[in-house]
Amino acid sequence: MIPVLLILIPLLAGLASFFIKNDKTVRSWALFSSLLTVVVAVLAVTVLKENKYLAHQCEWIPALGSSFSVKLDGMGQLLCLLTGIAYPLIFLGTWNSQYKNAKNFFALMLLSQAGLMGVFVAMDALLFYFFWELALIPVYFLCSQWGGEKRIRVTFKFFIYTFLGSVLMLIGILYLQSQTPNKSFGIQDFYNLDLPGKTQSWVFWLFFLAFAIKMPIFPFHTWQPDAYEQSPTATTMVLSGIMVKMGLLGLLRWLLPVLPIASYSWGDVTMSLAVAGIIYASLIAIRQDDIKRLVAYSSIAHIGLMCAAIFAENKSGTQGVMIQMFNHGINIIGLWIIVEIIEKRFGTRKMSELGGLAQKAPVMAIFFVIIALANIALPLTNAFVGEFLMFNGLLNAKSQYSLWFTVFAGVGIILGAVYTLNMIRKIFYGATNQVTEAAQDLKLNEKLSLGIIVALIFWIGVYPQAILNITDGISQTILEQTDISHLFKK
Amino acid sequence: MQNALQIVYLIPLLPLIGFLINGLGRKHLSKSVISVIGSGVVLASFAISIWVFLQVKGGNTHEAHYFDFISVGDLKIPFAFKIDQLSSLFLLIITGVGFLIHVYSTSYMHEEKTEHFGRYFSYLNLFIFSMLLLVMGANFVIMFIGWEGVGLCSYLLIGYWFKKTEYNKAANKAFIMNRIGDLAFLIAIFWLIQKLGTVTYSEVFTAANLAKLSTTDISVITLLLFVGATGKSAQIPLYTWLPDAMAGPTPVSALIHAATMVTAGIYMIARSNLLYSLAPLTMDIVAYVGLATALFAATIALKQNDIKKVLAYSTVSQLGFMFLALGCGAYTAAVFHVMTHAFFKALMFLGSGSVIHAMGGEQDIRNMGGLSKKLKITFITFLVGCIAIAGIPPFSGFFSKDAILLSAFAKNPVLYGIALFTALLTAFYMFRLLFITFTGKFRGTHEQEHHLHESPAPMTIPLIILAVLSIIGGFVGIPEVFMHGGDKLGEFLSPVITNHGEGHVSHSTEYILMGLSTGLVLIMIIFAWFKFKNYQRTEESGLGKVLENKWYVDELYDKVIVNPLHKFGGFLNSIFENKVVDGIVNGVGRAVSYSSRQFRLLQSGQVGNYILLMVGSIVLIFVLQFFLKR
Repeated sequence: MIPVLLILIPLLAGLASFFIKNDKTVRSWALFSSLLTVVVAVLAVTVLKENKYLAHQCEWIPALGSSFSVKLDGMGQLLCLLTGIAYPLIFLGTWNSQYKNAKNFFALMLLSQAGLMGVFVAMDALLFYFFWELALIPVYFLCSQWGGEKRIRVTFKFFIYTFLGSVLMLIGILYLQSQTPNKSFGIQDFYNLDLPGKTQSWVFWLFFLAFAIKMPIFPFHTWQPDAYEQSPTATTMVLSGIMVKMGLLGLLRWLLPVLPIASYSWGDVTMSLAVAGIIYASLIAIRQDDIKRLVAYSSIAHIGLMCAAIFAENKSGTQGVMIQMFNHGINIIGLWIIVEIIEKRFGTRKMSELGGLAQKAPVMAIFFVIIALANIALPLTNAFVGEFLMFNGLLNAKSQYSLWFTVFAGVGIILGAVYTLNMIRKIFYGATNQVTEAAQDLKLNEKLSLGIIVALIFWIGVYPQAILNITDGISQTILEQTDISHLFKK
Repeated sequence: MQNALQIVYLIPLLPLIGFLINGLGRKHLSKSVISVIGSGVVLASFAISIWVFLQVKGGNTHEAHYFDFISVGDLKIPFAFKIDQLSSLFLLIITGVGFLIHVYSTSYMHEEKTEHFGRYFSYLNLFIFSMLLLVMGANFVIMFIGWEGVGLCSYLLIGYWFKKTEYNKAANKAFIMNRIGDLAFLIAIFWLIQKLGTVTYSEVFTAANLAKLSTTDISVITLLLFVGATGKSAQIPLYTWLPDAMAGPTPVSALIHAATMVTAGIYMIARSNLLYSLAPLTMDIVAYVGLATALFAATIALKQNDIKKVLAYSTVSQLGFMFLALGCGAYTAAVFHVMTHAFFKALMFLGSGSVIHAMGGEQDIRNMGGLSKKLKITFITFLVGCIAIAGIPPFSGFFSKDAILLSAFAKNPVLYGIALFTALLTAFYMFRLLFITFTGKFRGTHEQEHHLHESPAPMTIPLIILAVLSIIGGFVGIPEVFMHGGDKLGEFLSPVITNHGEGHVSHSTEYILMGLSTGLVLIMIIFAWFKFKNYQRTEESGLGKVLENKWYVDELYDKVIVNPLHKFGGFLNSIFENKVVDGIVNGVGRAVSYSSRQFRLLQSGQVGNYILLMVGSIVLIFVLQFFLKR
């Protein structure tokens, strides 16, 4: 029941939003609906976590062998929780931002939430693809209608790029379906496929490209900084906080267990790309002046580490990715909230034009510094645990290059400190100028949303087991399905 | 009555509470309330630490397990504290010296706005909390949490006056240099996990587990840990942040950048002494790097004119001595020097703060002179500090430095020779500083001269207490030759520290070495007296200029590492990303659009149309399938 609710609440609320005329009302309506969703999502990880609540299956398109099969496993619970928490935070944090055609804006935002929830719970490949597109389409519109000056060109590229990925994935899905004995899209049938290595090898790239573009992974990332920069910030939060997790979830649920041989044999290549991307994106981040672009590149680096840790294929790496998917979402939304505040108050995102904000807006400075430091994984913040486990996983990967992957990814830690501290320094420290002279500190709604984020940062940072326990079982299952050591023994 | 060991969690918890109260209440509390809370929590921790220390001294050690911090698969990292001889000693130093510096700060920082005063004390409390985590942790991960925590506090406090861009850059530099070391530390932790599956001291340092490690493993782990230590404890090649860190308020320099945080690397290696003793190669490297740093920093200190910079390089140099001792297997001597150094270097930094306070913010010793008349307590206590660091018996520095020199002699007389030479340089530059600052004629402005005054009691009392400790602090480690059973410290630490390769020096040799070093130091002091008692400003040239400019190491790092990386990032950003990566993407796009001209009508460039088309097609496919296959 719960996964259906998680999809239906935002879906219906979103559709209803199209008909609300008053801007204020639609805003409150969106917030109300998202709060309802988060309550359901929290229930799913706390009291209602028995199987009968978490899974649902009914007929959808039987002719195609596709059913409406949804289930919340540990990873689904965590990502739905993230999606549930993220939207109220986004609505609350950007409460003061005004949009033309507000009803359409909020309607599309809620529709994207419905699509995302669907992606995280779908246990049928066609359904997964359906939700994948459903999540993306509202975002294209949000970006193209409410974006910055270059929005048309940027959305076009974003669309073409991700659409290409989707098509490749669809081909892969259809092929896999044709290989199942009962011509089914069910995930369990995919898991049971046991394809020969050569076939796995090329199907692997169909899926991997789709996910690599979505995450994104170097060198398939060039749509992303532009899209983040040009989208309205609320949409950027959805894109970077949650949507990138579609790609990571795709790898963990739809790629590794389905094509274990190819995942193992291509592991070195994908890990190399991911790790190269960490350093590449970090070096570029150092040279950014626009805060949005800096955070965008920093996100590429962080996602690179997660992707590499997935292909490490061990418990530490997988659990690290799980917890980090959640952390990254929370932290980056926090950063965006402050970026949005800065942009709206000062009319610029250029760090060179800012400065001295710590004197004028100390509360904002404190929140920003905490979230930025969490973003570079300082101990006792949430991201430390994730990065610690991922690095540990990477060093223990079954690859002959595991040490090098760890060391190069580790350089990213140092470069991360460089660009993050420079960003803090340029925005908040130093002397004020005419732009920042009349700065106001945070408003109540901003304090509230950032306060929740900071509370989550420290809570997970001190007691990460709360999250790790949720995903412990599914991580184990994924690894068992991905394990191909029995093939070597034969 | 409860056992002190059951409430050890209060020791770090109290400063954390202080941090929260002062941090959140900095706008609402008065300065006196902030002072009382800030200092009070550290005093309370100090009191509990004494209690704990006495328990440990009575033979009780304790490992307190609170909860599982990380538990994934077979990997279990508990949040646990280990209270034994080594950590209880560090607890005393941190909370004791920390408390004095908090008290000193209440007066030194009094001119700050209340809000910033509160911020300062909250950072200071947070630092104490982190440092306590670092030494109390029962495994390497908890140590690492404290390790990065103190780095953060150091960053925050160096950049405390955040309006000045220079200070913020110094803060960034400190953090980043430390992070380089931290990465090595982390990899060492992962290596341990890979080989042993645990990072808990009591499990790693067992004979069975140590035997599981190959020679390569041990060398790699110890070297990586040492690289971590070079970051935190400012050794070659990662030392350059420490002199810049003097941008922070002077009490911070005393507490963090002299007495406590920078000794974390020594603590780490002393804690891992069983591992290090198995790695002869690493031991040699530690000794050489330590000695090289000691000498190198001492030469720079000879020509610095900023009172705090001299002390900063002196700190780097003294830390080098401690690493020399570690590398020679004399772990106890290193810990001993940590303790005495905490006393006399905190004393001198606080003394320099008193001088700066009196001079109205002036830090250039060329503009000082003759201050002994107006700042009597500061002068006398500073003199005590100089005698202690120079190593004249029976002041504390003599005993600890003697133990280090002796261990160097036992390892290799050449090491001893260089170390002794460095010790002479130390005596020379410290007394140069003392004489230029306190003797001769006053060389500052009339306004400054008029303003000169001794500091108030909250500043002078800590100075006096530290001076007393600098005099008597060495008596806990009297060498065997003077008094049988005099080395109380070594005895106390013996359950956790097994010194390695020490001894083999006859009593007569030991007497000769001591006499030699003491005599030469005295000669250096007299030499400095004649050279600097009536200091006149001169321009440096030749080698002096190179030393004044710190051997141009910062410039070298900029040229060789920072600038190329920056340029490479610029190349990637402006050329590679746009022209190559995105160029290929756009090229593919263009090629496709070229080859599909016939679909030109569809390619209106309106994303809406595409999406409509896409959705329409999907729906169509579904509908068709639905009806056709029924």
